[in-house]
Amino acid sequence: MCTTCGCSGDGATIEGGDHPHPHGGAEHAQGHSHGHAHDHPHEHPHQHEHEQPHPQGGARLDYGGGPARAHAPGLSQARMVEIERNILSKNDAYAAGNRACFARDGLLALNLLAGPGAGKTTLLVETLKTLQGGIPCSVIEGDQQTSNDADRIRATGTPAIQVNTGKGCHLDAHMVGHAVEHLGVNMGGILFIENVGNLVCPAAFDLGENKRVTLLSVTEGEDKPLKYPDIFEKADMVLLTKTDLLPHLDVNVEDMEANIRRVAPLARILHVSTRNAQGMPQWLDWLMAERRGLLDALAAQAQARADMLRAAE
Amino acid sequence: MHEMSLCESLIGVIEESAQKEGFTKVTRVRVEVGRFAGVEQSAMRFGFEVVARGTLAQGAVLDFVDVPGSAWCFDCGRTVELENRLDPCPICAGTRLQPSGGMEIRLKDMEVI
Ligand SMILES: Nc1nc2c(ncn2[C@@H]2O[C@H](COP(=O)(O)OP(=O)(O)OP(=O)(O)O)[C@@H](O)[C@H]2O)c(=O)[nH]1
Ligand SMILES: [Mg+2]
Ligand SMILES: [Zn+2]
Ligand SMILES: [Zn+2]
Repeated sequence: MCTTCGCSGDGATIEGGDHPHPHGGAEHAQGHSHGHAHDHPHEHPHQHEHEQPHPQGGARLDYGGGPARAHAPGLSQARMVEIERNILSKNDAYAAGNRACFARDGLLALNLLAGPGAGKTTLLVETLKTLQGGIPCSVIEGDQQTSNDADRIRATGTPAIQVNTGKGCHLDAHMVGHAVEHLGVNMGGILFIENVGNLVCPAAFDLGENKRVTLLSVTEGEDKPLKYPDIFEKADMVLLTKTDLLPHLDVNVEDMEANIRRVAPLARILHVSTRNAQGMPQWLDWLMAERRGLLDALAAQAQARADMLRAAE
Repeated sequence: MHEMSLCESLIGVIEESAQKEGFTKVTRVRVEVGRFAGVEQSAMRFGFEVVARGTLAQGAVLDFVDVPGSAWCFDCGRTVELENRLDPCPICAGTRLQPSGGMEIRLKDMEVI
């Protein structure tokens, strides 16, 4: 059982910890009494359930007065309880905790989403080779099984941690929070989070990322954005990958792009290939610009706060 | 696929409510599902039955309340209601629309004992 929060459940394990780290939705719901016992450099970012606002005092509307009143006293009565809560509210609270943690460290966190084999890890490996020495990077790898991808990342000299989701088909914010604790991060760095290869499920789970990057390889066909709109919809950047293969395919890349624009009108689209390096400079420029923008914004916020405190002296 | 983990979250919310409200059995659960929430209702029903086993919601009836989807149209700059995610804008026939409502899945209320 996890000493951080006592969570237990069916599935996810984070490598590198001294304990296997099982996670699960329902079981995790209760029984958080902290004191977190981790000796990690970071405060636990999680906002646990009891710290969340809950519906006004557990507002209860009693619709059930009618027939149930006829029951003999002592017999249980059915009643209606109004809840009005987003089912993903727990994930969203963890995501908010992660986001606050990332902001404190000036960390640009990217959630990379795509179907299996779209080229996420290969893109990361090439990206990390270029950024090496310049910007401190770290990687969280999400897969159902194996630590292959984290091994590939570590081979570049970049710290990486593998999260195996077991049956789970996506990363959630809670897993990412723990992974970050185990990984440790560098101030002003970039955290790449490679989600489980899946065009459907990861879309619904906010991880606390600053930006969402969705990859689609040109081999997957023109219609994928229309078939799986959710994964594109919230993307800030869509990378059309493996463009070196275009001469061998009869895919119409203009149609593909038009379909992406249709479901993600605001996303930037780049054509990239890790084989002939097409689009890699633009991708790296985008990363740099996002990081700079984030650091500037955070610095401006900190400055504004400092000014406010000075003024109050 | 992720309907399973949505159901786990749902059970989590139900169990928390049970502690707060002091009930021990749930007989009916009403969930609002946005048109664009990416939820397959039959998969969710199946997932709920499986995940609820052995919990206080075992055997509870799961009802869905459909919430219409809405989207922001980039062409005419209006928020419009959409039947399907890929429908054109009903006002200007534009095709670049960003969903803005109907993306949530909410536990609305429950019948409990
Ligand atoms: N031709 C070509 N092949 C590529 C490119 N990028 C990746 N590949 C190949 O595509 C295959 C899958 O690449 P990965 O990087 O493992 O893909 P992934 O998205 O990380 O896969 P999962 O994590 O398993 O979902 C490998 O055989 C890569 O060599 C590219 O730009 N061009
Ligand atoms: Mg990979
Ligand atoms: Zn799934
Ligand atoms: Zn319109």
